[in-house]
Amino acid sequence: MTAGLVQLAYLVATGLFVFALHWMNAPATARRGVYAGVVGMLLAVVATWAQPEVVHHLWIVVAIVAGFAVGVPLSRVPLTAVPQRTALSHAFGGLAAGLVGTAKFYLWYGEGSAQLTEFRTVAIILEVLLGFLTFTGSLMAAGKLQEVKWIPQRPVIYPLQNVTNIGLLLLAAGLGVGVVLQPTAIWAPVAFGAIVVLALVFGVLLIIPIGGADMPTVIAILNSYAGLAAVAMGFVLGNKLLITAGALDGSSGLILAIIMCKAMNRSFTNVLFGAFGQVQQIKAAGEERVYKAESIEGAGQVLEQANLVVIVPGYGMAVAQAQHKVRELYDQLRKRGIAVKFAIHPVAGRMPGHMNVLLAEADIPYTDLVEMDEINPDMPQVDVALVVGANDVVNPAARSDKGSPIYGMPIIDADRARTVFAIKRSKNPGFAGIDNELYFSDKTWMLFGDAKNVIGELVKQMAGGSGMH
Amino acid sequence: MSLLETVVPAAAETADIWSQIFVFVLATFIGLGVIRRVSRLLYTPLMSLTNAISAIAVVGAILVAGPDYPVEIRILGAIAVFASMTNIVSGFLITERMLKMFKSEKKPAEGNHP
Repeated sequence: MTAGLVQLAYLVATGLFVFALHWMNAPATARRGVYAGVVGMLLAVVATWAQPEVVHHLWIVVAIVAGFAVGVPLSRVPLTAVPQRTALSHAFGGLAAGLVGTAKFYLWYGEGSAQLTEFRTVAIILEVLLGFLTFTGSLMAAGKLQEVKWIPQRPVIYPLQNVTNIGLLLLAAGLGVGVVLQPTAIWAPVAFGAIVVLALVFGVLLIIPIGGADMPTVIAILNSYAGLAAVAMGFVLGNKLLITAGALDGSSGLILAIIMCKAMNRSFTNVLFGAFGQVQQIKAAGEERVYKAESIEGAGQVLEQANLVVIVPGYGMAVAQAQHKVRELYDQLRKRGIAVKFAIHPVAGRMPGHMNVLLAEADIPYTDLVEMDEINPDMPQVDVALVVGANDVVNPAARSDKGSPIYGMPIIDADRARTVFAIKRSKNPGFAGIDNELYFSDKTWMLFGDAKNVIGELVKQMAGGSGMH
Repeated sequence: MSLLETVVPAAAETADIWSQIFVFVLATFIGLGVIRRVSRLLYTPLMSLTNAISAIAVVGAILVAGPDYPVEIRILGAIAVFASMTNIVSGFLITERMLKMFKSEKKPAEGNHP
């Protein structure tokens, strides 16, 4: 294949990737986007593989087969595990970039000074830094999300944490400058190896102080890094397809991260270096307060009287795998002519859009999933707000209590509904370790238990009344 | 192309660097513009789709694994091909799987069960 044809294939692939993302603007066209992406990728791979300089094929074939062997099962994970899968794939993306950068550096080092131009060396160092820190950082994030035993779930904080992290990064940057200035020095390969190690360590240290509630932002940031690593690889190889596709991914991660940060009223730096977990120590002091518990029968009767019910799902719904029971409840209510909407907070769950996917899996039409900003004005007209495993995203302290760590975070105004039922696993505070004012409000009634069981009981209660099912 | 690279004079190389930076900046603007319009419902599938697209790193990986380079270099390349290919396959498949679930108000016939 001639160079011109290869470039043409790359150009078409780039266009297809842009359209793929463009078609994600509505659920109706989104699947077309996947097909465009697949065709673009296929073109890119074939065009690259057909280049005359590619003469060894066996390992590529083996690697592709192995990629299918691992990739297919990874695409079949339960939807509650999608955040971990996403983090894991960022890790793979980072690893690929880091390895290609490393290979190129040692290859060109062996070939002499003409190859390691300043620009290329800078790009290679950025590529391995971003690639390897994304690799270990994403592995840590995936481990936390999967609740792997030896990875602490709660944020790990130690004195001088930020100083240590920034010191490591500066050290890596310093070594990088050295390598750029003298890429062919005898010590350059060692310095380069040290940069790789520092990036790997930095990735771990960056993620350990981050708690579960911040995961949506962190996953988005890592998404962005994986894209930027691909961009750097494009600069290294002088390949414009890598640059454009990487830039699309990088900007996607960036926008999602900004949206997540806004939804928590926090800044990037605050998420990465602020250690949300510190809040835990502050609480404890508050006096003992009493929850009002409600029985399933009572809750069922109130629900049956309602005209408009809003369900506010949170991570607890995912943990309990309660989405299918929620669907049954939705059906029961609809059968009685009761309007049901779902109020989706942007950071509910462990990754952007997590709740939407779980509810779509349970066959709830996406037209009933309403964003926070759209549903809040209607909350005072809502008869019953049913909070399923959400906590911080409905905590009115975010509006009123200046001392609260979540003060200023936009919330779903569940407390403005006429009646609130909150399903909660235990009487412990939520992930951020903050007491929730909502649970002590006059109009709030608690339903204690596993979300799936509680809603299952509710459905049984309501179905019993109408003699169906 | 890699043959060309070694003989390009310095001025042309500088021009090429700038054209790459232009491409990067413009692609970022296009990305920001397009992503801003993505439906909020679809952020999770968006992420898995961009995962798959950024696995375009497979191109670089093939260019390291395939040519007549020392074995150590090609091993790194082959691992990178594997890692990218995993992302391509799982990324596109899971995006498709998730998108299939999004249905609008019009309900399909009876008989859907979890």
